[in-house]
Amino acid sequence: MHVKPISQHFNDFVIERERARCINCEVCVRQCSYEAHFWDEAKQFVVHDSARCVGCHRCAAMCPTSCLTIRKKPSDFRDNSLWTSTYIKHIFKQADTGGVLLSGMGNPQPKPIYWDNMLLDASQVTNPSIDPLREPMELRTFLGAKPDAVEFIHTPEGPRLKQPLPPQLQLEYPIMFAAMSFGAINFNLHVAMARAATQLGICYNTGEGGLHPDLYQYGANTIVQVASGRFGVHKDYLNAGTAVEIKVGQGAKPGIGGHLPGEKIDEEVSRTRMVPQGSDAISPAPHHDIYSIEDLLQLIYAIKESTRYRVPVAVKIAAVHNAPAIASGIVRAGADIVVIDGFRGGTGAAPTMIRDNVGIPIELALASVDNRLRDEGIRNHASLVVAGGVRCSADVVKAIALGADAVYIGTAALVAVGCTLCGRCYTGKCPWGIATNAAQLKKRQNPDVAAQRMANLVRAWGHEIQEMLGGMGLNSIESLRGNRDKLRGVGLNEVELGVLGIKHAGL
Amino acid sequence: MSGDVMCDEKGFCVQREGERCVIDATGVYYRQLNEQIRAALEHGVTDIEVVQVRGQRYIATAVEGDVHFTVRGVPGQDLGAFMRGPTIHVYGNAQDGVGNTMDGGRIVIHGMAGDVLGYAMRDGRILVRGDVGYRVGIHMKAYMDRVPVIVVGGKAGDFLGEYMAGGAIILLGMHSGMADAPITGRNLGTGMHGGVIYLRGRVPEYQLGPGLAMEPVDEADMDFLRGHVADFAAEFAGEFGAVGDEPADAATLTDAILSEPFVKIRPFSHRPYGNMYVGTN
Repeated sequence: MHVKPISQHFNDFVIERERARCINCEVCVRQCSYEAHFWDEAKQFVVHDSARCVGCHRCAAMCPTSCLTIRKKPSDFRDNSLWTSTYIKHIFKQADTGGVLLSGMGNPQPKPIYWDNMLLDASQVTNPSIDPLREPMELRTFLGAKPDAVEFIHTPEGPRLKQPLPPQLQLEYPIMFAAMSFGAINFNLHVAMARAATQLGICYNTGEGGLHPDLYQYGANTIVQVASGRFGVHKDYLNAGTAVEIKVGQGAKPGIGGHLPGEKIDEEVSRTRMVPQGSDAISPAPHHDIYSIEDLLQLIYAIKESTRYRVPVAVKIAAVHNAPAIASGIVRAGADIVVIDGFRGGTGAAPTMIRDNVGIPIELALASVDNRLRDEGIRNHASLVVAGGVRCSADVVKAIALGADAVYIGTAALVAVGCTLCGRCYTGKCPWGIATNAAQLKKRQNPDVAAQRMANLVRAWGHEIQEMLGGMGLNSIESLRGNRDKLRGVGLNEVELGVLGIKHAGL
Repeated sequence: MSGDVMCDEKGFCVQREGERCVIDATGVYYRQLNEQIRAALEHGVTDIEVVQVRGQRYIATAVEGDVHFTVRGVPGQDLGAFMRGPTIHVYGNAQDGVGNTMDGGRIVIHGMAGDVLGYAMRDGRILVRGDVGYRVGIHMKAYMDRVPVIVVGGKAGDFLGEYMAGGAIILLGMHSGMADAPITGRNLGTGMHGGVIYLRGRVPEYQLGPGLAMEPVDEADMDFLRGHVADFAAEFAGEFGAVGDEPADAATLTDAILSEPFVKIRPFSHRPYGNMYVGTN
């Protein structure tokens, strides 16, 4: 008798197939890259093994007769609020393998989501609201260092700035596509992000996997990232984009490096990262040339020298306990943009314990970083971009009211193209054709369709942001920035309200 | 010095003498110095000598093409970072970050160099006559026909070749100011998953990173070493050896270097952490 390891008895999902409706067309068999559905030669019909199901819902979405339902498997275990099935299953897996638990996507734990405890204001009677469908409403955002003061000289053509402004990134929406490397997600989606960003007048971020030669044409809407592995980083790459981002940390895995498994490194990824096929691409936890703020300054200026001071340089850190002090150092080291990635930020792969237990909520980090930079009188020296768990346009509005200049969206952009957050990105088998470079799977993403869906999402959010701004009697996103009086807390204690710098509802 | 005066669009000027120019770095901040260098390059100068260098950073950073630099003095951090193509000769010691993420070219240091030399370098050569600091050659990578090589005449600090993914480090341990130190520090090659480190002599086993082993070199290794050692000897003949040694010509020096046995350190896997994880969500 074949004995299965304990962990395989307790699967997370059950596949239900309505036999009466199933026509044995085998679409589910072809769609499931985990081989949960298969053709039974003896029985001459399609069968399934629920133990292999990851809950991605691809089969149910593609089934022409809608005969498939994927359900969570009812609890196998006696109720226990301490020993939930998650912990029991983790231990079974680790006892089987001795492995470090690995997860994809962001932290799913039921930790506080402060966006949901903040409510926006609206104008009533006095200070009338504005209708964005019929009145101008400005969402344009400029990221980069702003001077302490501006001086003008008068010329026959009109006034001119006496000193040139530091380089700025011009965005038509205060939203950018977050760093997701080519390798972690496939080329079709990089094309889609590049095209959507170009259509929208915003930027996408290459992540640390280099820039494919075919994507240099979208440079005006590209932020190129430099991380500790320096994959695909060279002079042309640094000069290809409209900004350079130094990645120090990532919200999903603060304090640890990246690790693209060899399975995901095919010919094109290899060419772009400039590493051999099939070999792991390991990004060290720190940049080993950065052990201090002074060292960070050195890399910032190495990049500024390399780009001849034409483009802003951003530094991205994970939201951690001392984020305000670190952000202050980053600004003083010469960064033009500070990016803070909260503990709900997504990832292609992170050790589960790190993803679920390290870092702090972005809302709190954002508020405290903005405060600190204001208190020190250096808030204008850099723009502040936040990431990690922005799910909707209201989250964007709340982030900006707390003090952000713009947000990055990663998970939301992937959900726009079909991601259902099954969280198995690290297998390279993504049935939605997202976190995979397998030829049969990645072709499920058509770059034109994906670009349209991403662009639709940002346009829709743009309209909603305009509606919310108009409702508050504001006609420009600039008037909302750091305007915490437009926020009120509900169900928050005094410490939380204090950190967020907002009043409780009713006050 | 006679010759044309050249200026860039920002008004930084240098004097040229045909294809050559000399820039005096005395009292010049790095940004102005590098603007002067770029002005010279834009005017077609291919041979630049920078004298009186006192720690100015980013010299030759992100410079591309067949250009020769002579640096006299002590260049500052990130000499030749991101560069692709130039040759740099430094007559003096160099600071940290030499050849950071370098993409090609050649850096020859007639002296010692600091930490993180050759970090993530992808192609080109770095030759150092004397000792180097910590974390040298970490995360070097090779791709297709691009194989970076670092040759160090002296000794190295801890974490030599950490995370190394490709290329070669050749450590001779000969021209050193640290007579009693082992030729490398601790954690040699930790996390290495590609490339090779050659050592002249041996280091104690406990200094190796986890899972690594020292192996004897074979004929193919010796052919590779012979070429790079001869290249090294050609640069440093007459200025290399233990204190009190007679200066040697390149051929004699090559033979002297190769007279002692070498060992090599290779990764045990291109996927060192391939079996470390168990998937969940």
